[in-house]
Amino acid sequence: MTRRFWVFIEQEVGTMHPVAGELLGVAQRLVTEISDELEASGEEAIVEGILIGCEVEDVARNAIEHGAERVYMVDDTAFEHYLNRPYTEAITNLVRKHKPEVFLIGATTLGRDLAGAVATSLKTGLTADCTKLEMGPIRKAQGKYLLATRPAFGGNVIATIVCKDFKPQMATVRPRVFESPKRDPKAKGEIVREDFKVTPDMLAAKLVEFIQEEQTQLNLEYADVIVSGGKGLGKADGFNLIKELADELGGVVGSSRAAVDGGWIEYEHQVGQTGKHVRPKLYIAAGISGAIQHKVGMQDSDYILAINTDPNAPIFEIATLGVVGDLYEVIPEMLKQLRAKKGAQA
Amino acid sequence: MIHLLVSVKQVPDTTNIRIDPETGSMIRKGVPAILNPYDAHAVAAAAEWKRKLNGKLTVITMGPPAAEIALKECIEMGADRGVLISDRKFAGSDTLATSYVLAEAIRKIHEEDPLDLIFFGKQAIDGDTAQVGPGAAIRLGLPLITYAVEIREINQTEGYALIVRKTERGREIIKTTLPAVLTAEKAIAEIPYASLPDLINSLRYEPENWSAEEPLAYDVDKVGLKGSPTWVAKSGSPEAHEPAETIIVAKEGLSTTVEKVLDNMLANNSVASIWEEIK
Repeated sequence: MTRRFWVFIEQEVGTMHPVAGELLGVAQRLVTEISDELEASGEEAIVEGILIGCEVEDVARNAIEHGAERVYMVDDTAFEHYLNRPYTEAITNLVRKHKPEVFLIGATTLGRDLAGAVATSLKTGLTADCTKLEMGPIRKAQGKYLLATRPAFGGNVIATIVCKDFKPQMATVRPRVFESPKRDPKAKGEIVREDFKVTPDMLAAKLVEFIQEEQTQLNLEYADVIVSGGKGLGKADGFNLIKELADELGGVVGSSRAAVDGGWIEYEHQVGQTGKHVRPKLYIAAGISGAIQHKVGMQDSDYILAINTDPNAPIFEIATLGVVGDLYEVIPEMLKQLRAKKGAQA
Repeated sequence: MIHLLVSVKQVPDTTNIRIDPETGSMIRKGVPAILNPYDAHAVAAAAEWKRKLNGKLTVITMGPPAAEIALKECIEMGADRGVLISDRKFAGSDTLATSYVLAEAIRKIHEEDPLDLIFFGKQAIDGDTAQVGPGAAIRLGLPLITYAVEIREINQTEGYALIVRKTERGREIIKTTLPAVLTAEKAIAEIPYASLPDLINSLRYEPENWSAEEPLAYDVDKVGLKGSPTWVAKSGSPEAHEPAETIIVAKEGLSTTVEKVLDNMLANNSVASIWEEIK
């Protein structure tokens, strides 16, 4: 029997969401974690992508170049726009046919809409927003299972969830929790076309209009530099200074939940367990105390600079370097020195 | 008459959770229980439409007996009827088992008094899974609209609603047949101040109590730990970290501090690589 590790290849308008690549990387690692079992049983394991859409063959290629050994593709005009019910039915149908062991889905807006519906249709277990995934042993059972670890209670508790008696073992993962494997243009894989007929009863909810957001995409998750502000800013205007530093560093503005709850900045900027998970090269946290819910979302950053007046702020526990001081003094001085440095080198 | 229903959850206020510094475990005692914020906005939206269309609003919750406080809060916001589904047999239910309990209750309410629109909050702030609303929609075989930010129209006569949902790329206007299930973002409605009659109602109101047997006989194999495919294999506190090196402005002076910060940052390969691009 072949042990199948599935990844949902999320795409919109013919572009693969980067989280699909990240999950293909995870699935490849999971397969290596059961190599002892495969050797003992003589079974094989395979990483497969599940792709639904309209004219998405390029996306299938992209998935293969990120590590999918096979892609099951439902390519039909009925799937031009994402709709919960037709997608749920098509995927449920594929799962019943091929019986995967593990099924990973990106915890994006689309993926979260889909995953709960698919898992309920299949009456199997689903663990949301995992921050760690492994194949390992569990108590009172033979063999290895998916160990899905996630924060709960706003990040105050870290729990490892298992689904022993049902397949597939499903999990969602936020973008940027894992790193994407490098694209390999020489990678070989098979594209298998699957048919699925959308019937009128699946179209009880229909898209009548799509309004593209006017503002340019923030793309917080994939930014290299993020400058974030929190409660310590004291006022909504404080984000002007945050923005100035972000601009100087070619980065974008992030925030803590407190600043969003306070109405100082839109939710799109929120970093943390209930906001965006980020892993930039440089993260500057200004006036953010570092509640666990925030730290969960940014602790994978390469370099974290924390600026806070409180020497005991928890943000210093995960910072690379901390500055105890007033951000309204420190940031203007940083701007001044950064500009001088740029000038000197120009 | 239009009939709306909101499924709500009472949750610990996760922004107020503290960790015992000795044991590293969560201190549950003294953490206030609140109506899940997304659910509160869903109730506000439903109450608005109930008033507009002169209809009826039912709220349900699954939880311990104390969760009736959350229902009273919904009555305060304008709900007419509250149902508390509470039984020790439900303890340990994961999202799949919870969606079964709630969907069956909704089905029963719908049989007696047909529903037009069913609301969930987009997620609960304790688990943050966003799975129960979609799960209930699937179990009920109803159309699902997640991340709803606006209800444009509810047309009971013609049996449809226009709902705006927010996605990562923009906004979608969805036309759905009724009844339907939506999950609400906070933007769906502002939380209003309670009116005096609603406030008085809520003080006197006693929610209905449903158990695992009455008035609905649940399949006990589908609820609680037994009915839950997922188990918690282990849980603990997040890893502790060593405090970082800190520079104190009051000691070093502002310009020296910042000089040191920039030197330290640029000595890091990742930061240096960005600096190469932007300088």
